[in-house]
Amino acid sequence: MSKSTVENNMYGVLAEFRNPKELVDAAKKINQNGYKKYDTFSPFPIHGIDKAMNLPKSKLGWIVVSHGLVGLIGSFAMIYFMMVADYPLNISGKTLLNIPAWIPVIFELTVLLSAFGAVFGMFFLNGLPKFNHPLFNSENFKKATDDGFFVCIESDDPQFDVEKVQTLLKDAGGTNIEEIYDN
Amino acid sequence: MSKTYEYVPEPALVKGNHDFKSLTALITDINMRPTPKGWYIAFGISNILLFVLLFSIGYLIWEGTGIWGLNAPAGWGWAIINFVWWVGIGHAGTLISAILFLFRQDWRTAINRFAEAMTIFAVMCAGIFPAIHVGRIWVIYWVFPLPNQMAMWPNFNSPLLWDVFAVSTYFTVSLLFWYVGLVPDLATIRDRIKSKMGKVLYGTFALGWRGSNRHWWNYEKSYMILAGLATPLVLSVHTIVSFDFAVSLIPGWHTTIFPPYFVAGAVFSGFAMVLTLMIIVRKIYGLEEIMTVDHIEKMNIIIMVTGSMVGFAYLMEFFVAWYSGVEYEKAIFILRATGPYAWAYWIMITCNVISPQVFWSKKLRRNVAFTFFISIVVNIGMWFERFVIAVTSLSTDFLPSSWGYYSPTFWDVITYVGTFGLFFTFFLLFLRFLPMVAVAEIKAILPQADPHNYDENGEYDPPKVEIPEPVKDSEQKG
Repeated sequence: MSKSTVENNMYGVLAEFRNPKELVDAAKKINQNGYKKYDTFSPFPIHGIDKAMNLPKSKLGWIVVSHGLVGLIGSFAMIYFMMVADYPLNISGKTLLNIPAWIPVIFELTVLLSAFGAVFGMFFLNGLPKFNHPLFNSENFKKATDDGFFVCIESDDPQFDVEKVQTLLKDAGGTNIEEIYDN
Repeated sequence: MSKTYEYVPEPALVKGNHDFKSLTALITDINMRPTPKGWYIAFGISNILLFVLLFSIGYLIWEGTGIWGLNAPAGWGWAIINFVWWVGIGHAGTLISAILFLFRQDWRTAINRFAEAMTIFAVMCAGIFPAIHVGRIWVIYWVFPLPNQMAMWPNFNSPLLWDVFAVSTYFTVSLLFWYVGLVPDLATIRDRIKSKMGKVLYGTFALGWRGSNRHWWNYEKSYMILAGLATPLVLSVHTIVSFDFAVSLIPGWHTTIFPPYFVAGAVFSGFAMVLTLMIIVRKIYGLEEIMTVDHIEKMNIIIMVTGSMVGFAYLMEFFVAWYSGVEYEKAIFILRATGPYAWAYWIMITCNVISPQVFWSKKLRRNVAFTFFISIVVNIGMWFERFVIAVTSLSTDFLPSSWGYYSPTFWDVITYVGTFGLFFTFFLLFLRFLPMVAVAEIKAILPQADPHNYDENGEYDPPKVEIPEPVKDSEQKG
């Protein structure tokens, strides 16, 4: 049937909302209706939308901690290898295992690796870079980085149905409702 | 007494009747307008100075460090002074972007992008000096733990090596932090710009950001963790810079006060530099509604606080020198104030200790022109602080027979002047091509951004400040 081919190619339904409050309310409503595959878009992070969307806790902390530990243990191991194991250098009889003097470098490398984890981990969790996205086909969606607030319910959602979704978005106060196609 | 207390409402962070759209336009239109003529003139001058820097570095490599004024007994001179000065300036950017973020100081959003850019370019200027002073720059890679033909490793017990790690980590983390903040704003320009070239370039660096709240959720977490990492980092960097001096045994350097004293001085000079740049830029680009007089006042208060800390450190140095009972320690501090470099010492005291005290006056700290003047005075003072520390201790050390007077050469001076070319070349490119205010962040601090400021029907309902009635004197008595 023609309808199913259209739906196969469909990414989702996009609706615009007027302001952060309406976006939060819409997110709450969509969440209550049991949708799982949807997203909200705003030019800045909105206070409280994580609760409205029922977002799970970010895993980023674990990524950063693991990177930090690699930095901590790795830098200690590196310095130990260089200063004690590989090329011990006797400097006026001072101890080779001179841990207090190594702290600055160990600290810096721990911070460096943690920061790599925080930045690249964030991009990884967000699936970025992703230069092409079906939503970029919408001219109206350009406002999402300026002053537009959007909701998109994706066609992957098990209970996705074009008409039902459109009514839901309209009832929640959405305007400029459009179907987004992946092409 | 007519009333016992007065309610002072917090002034709006963004002046004027701005909404999201007008803020986007105000900030990003600067990047999309045709380049103003004045920019080309400024860029041309900066390029000439940059060329001066490259030329003086080229001559240094060709001829060797003998072209500088360094000799026994002063083996450290302008290079280390300029290094510490530039890296200190950089610290204000991190303080604004990280520490003020952790303290939830929302006013920082007007200046953080700008200050972070300053940090990155200042650290670049700083990094040049330790790199070029080594004499044989072609083996500079020896400072990194890379396998080499001698099978030797760098000495991890040396403060100079700590410095390599501290400054390079600082530069990298500052750059990452800056870039993370830039991504949503680059996406804003990507969606607004008309030119094809611009779309491709901004689009590439925006990484396909689309403002998803599932992304913002990780993004905010990342931003907070980065702020939490950058805070101890910035303190550690200037601590380690001070270790270059403090871990040695030279009188006047070998003190435990150096790390906190250097950090306070760094913040002091950095805020002054942010003010110098901000006062010019807000005027030229018409950003007075974002970078307001309230911001200038807050920054002036920080200058006053850190300036007083620096002044206190100068006093403590003297006290501890006397209290230590070490002859050389006592002698060097008396020589600083009365010896051959007394002129530099008193410039330092005037600029760093006396000048910021004028900001006790509310009128003066809200005076833009006066602030501009003081911001330059402070940076001159902080340069002289490093001069006094580095030069006096070396030129008049333990043995009077080896004392000598250090003066810079022509090449010392033009290398330093040239770093301004490097700094302003990058800074002008930043002003031209990148949003100089964090657009997404400043929108988030507008009252319109808070869902609580809307009524049941989704209409904007600005927050009303309830001003409690002051208790009347008569009622209290009654």
